[in-house]
Amino acid sequence: MKAAITSTGNTLESPLDMSFGRCAYFVVYDTDSQSIEFLPNPNKEAEEGAGTASVQLMASRKVSKIISGEFGIKIKPLLDSLRIQMIVLNDPKIKVKKILEMLNH
Amino acid sequence: MSPRLKTIRKVVSPPIIKGFKPFGPQSPKVHSEFVSLLYEEYEALRLCDYDGYSQLEASAMMEVSRPTLTRIYASALKKIAKAFVEGRMITIKGGQVYFDSNWYHCDACNCFFNNPDKDIQIECCPLCGQDKYQSINILDPNGEVSPKEKVKA
Repeated sequence: MKAAITSTGNTLESPLDMSFGRCAYFVVYDTDSQSIEFLPNPNKEAEEGAGTASVQLMASRKVSKIISGEFGIKIKPLLDSLRIQMIVLNDPKIKVKKILEMLNH
Repeated sequence: MSPRLKTIRKVVSPPIIKGFKPFGPQSPKVHSEFVSLLYEEYEALRLCDYDGYSQLEASAMMEVSRPTLTRIYASALKKIAKAFVEGRMITIKGGQVYFDSNWYHCDACNCFFNNPDKDIQIECCPLCGQDKYQSINILDPNGEVSPKEKVKA
């Protein structure tokens, strides 16, 4: 199973990005193989449609849950219909490393 | 002038099938005209007749006014009656809807999460794995509370 985390940087020490569509990096974590992949977000500077483009990127990676600080109003129904779970963490200081540890419960 | 926009109806549980097909020697051919039931009509029928909510409660759940819910419901009954009497196929598709799932809050790691798959019950928090979660929007006739509003309150 794959989980995606929005990150502000490309290291494990980077804090969680509070936005989904315009986050700096996506961290794709495979819980089975324990592999971690940092994907730079191509939609970061997009004027519009950043959220939907990011959803497409995540869906193409076959992610089954996404952890972020916030999901836009257009994104929620889209992820619902794609059966991707949303996890909202309201903590801008939490680090990617900490979230990965929590996922390994 | 452009026509007035329809309020987007909220659908909590999409149907598990795409439609119905009549059978029997008199039943029309597969390619004959079919009745197309909208998602919102399916949802109104489910809430009012299957779950047994009043129209007022159902309208709050779909986030439309009570008269609108009654119109959607009446249209659903009319389409189903037409399909039954004329032996037509029913397809369920379309409509001004958005899908929303139930949200939960975990007290252990202070996160919010939803359950995208209705068929699977949530057993533990998907993030920290503990079972200290609770539903934050049990069907409430006054309208559901979104996670953000809950934080501010």
